[in-house]
Amino acid sequence: MKSIAPVLSVLAAILVIWYGATVLLNSKWTYDQAARAGESVSISHLLTDTMSQKRPVLPAPHQVAQGLWDGLFGQRFTSKRSLVFHAWITLSATMVGFALGTGLGILLAVGITHSRAMDLSVMPWAIASQTVPILAIAPMVIVVLASLGVTGLLPKALIAAYLNFFPVLVGMVKGLRAPDAMQLDLLKTYNASRSGTLWKLRLPSSMPYLFASLKVGVAASLVGTIVAELPAGATQGLGARLLSGSYYGQTVQIWAALFTAAGLAAILVIAVGVIERVVLRRMGMA
Amino acid sequence: MMGWLIFAVVFWIAAWGANAWLAQRHGHQKWAQFTIPALFGISILLLWEGLVLGLEISPVILPAPSQIAQSFAASGPILREDFVQTILKGALSGYLMGCAAAVVVAVLIDRSPFLQRGLLPVGNFVAALPIVGIAPILVMWFGFDWQSKAAVVVVMVFFPVLVNMVAGLAATDQLQRDLMATYSASYWQGLFKMRLPAAMPFLFNGLKIATTLALIGAIVAEFFGSPTRGMGFRISTAVGQLDLPLVWSEITVAALAGSGFYGAVALIEKLVTFWHPSQRARA
Repeated sequence: MKSIAPVLSVLAAILVIWYGATVLLNSKWTYDQAARAGESVSISHLLTDTMSQKRPVLPAPHQVAQGLWDGLFGQRFTSKRSLVFHAWITLSATMVGFALGTGLGILLAVGITHSRAMDLSVMPWAIASQTVPILAIAPMVIVVLASLGVTGLLPKALIAAYLNFFPVLVGMVKGLRAPDAMQLDLLKTYNASRSGTLWKLRLPSSMPYLFASLKVGVAASLVGTIVAELPAGATQGLGARLLSGSYYGQTVQIWAALFTAAGLAAILVIAVGVIERVVLRRMGMA
Repeated sequence: MMGWLIFAVVFWIAAWGANAWLAQRHGHQKWAQFTIPALFGISILLLWEGLVLGLEISPVILPAPSQIAQSFAASGPILREDFVQTILKGALSGYLMGCAAAVVVAVLIDRSPFLQRGLLPVGNFVAALPIVGIAPILVMWFGFDWQSKAAVVVVMVFFPVLVNMVAGLAATDQLQRDLMATYSASYWQGLFKMRLPAAMPFLFNGLKIATTLALIGAIVAEFFGSPTRGMGFRISTAVGQLDLPLVWSEITVAALAGSGFYGAVALIEKLVTFWHPSQRARA
């Protein structure tokens, strides 16, 4: 709790810097306009004008807040101008992809811990693939799938699943191998089968690792979905909102979409954290 | 045509059998740990080739590896131009600036517990956000050329490196600090002789994460506007022209550049932190 004051003062400093930057970056437009009209610019006029331009280079914080409020609560939720609508499109694809990637990652991790051949052949590639900028080719995957007639939620979910898959795989392999030799020996003396060992020892002891990966994975899924919404065809979702804002110079719209995405990411990560705490406490691990 | 398909499937099964046998018999030897993944990779490529040729899949949907290799060999100058534009000018310059800035800021906030308590939660929070989203804004501010890509990369790599570096600077324990105090070391001596070296394993952890982020930032930023060269530009236009082999060549370049970049940082890490247990164990 003693970190609240420092955090608040850092946030306040960011706000002050932001307002300063607004005046600085937007003043060029104000001076241009004044020069065209043959007027001179007073300080008070400079301040009010830079804070209320329609298409500012950098919108002032209160303009972004205004845009965010309009987008979230100013429209019907089903309207195409509502940010809730776009956030829902993005969130649904993210969640489908997240579930898909988590399931596949856990399955493959179970396979890898039980088959040495699979471990030796797949794991090096899984780790090497982490260094490849997969996210950058996401829009291409979308376009190719669209030419096959696959559109809508599924292609985006596939990208999100792919990005979530590797953190879960790597974390689960580590987690399933977390039980030490003594615990495994104990189950051996109980004459436990391999599946018994998996269900009663390996899976429970992998839970902390799983949740650590899920926190990384859910953020990656969201980024994947947003980038997957960037190709020109998309009209729905936060990514499409960013792109159309950048085409038409609607900076307030870009910033509002950006803050919505940030809020969504924060909510998702916090939700995974809450589930983690509840599950681990029920299992007596936290 | 069917012959290809059958050959590929048979080869894949044979390779899998060989791998299973190798893993059983020689799984702990060094050469097997290189051979098995290599064989697996080759069998996947052959399976891909066989499926595309055998099922006569149009190259517009999925080109065969041989077609990609042809296109890769034929479009050398284009690939080199894009590599210089995106990787060297955009990603690398942004990476160097962003990481340097993060290290300097980490050292500065390390002196002030107040800033540490204030900036770290904010930094952790920002590191989890979809930062790629600022790409359209930065493209607007810095123009279409590589400067805007470098700016996106700076912002993307800054926070992971900052968070890791701050954790690294706190990695020395009280006993070690007391020892420096008994030597009557100044703040700067303590920093350069003890805490910076101790922070290196943490720093390189952040630097390695940042390599992939840098490439992603540089390529994605090009989707929001770029001069008529660059990997992101080439990927989006080549998809429009249905020139999928060229797209896959660009992806190959990106994959090679990503692995090379990561490998280079890992190599430097090995040279700098040779004293750390995780490095000694491997040798």
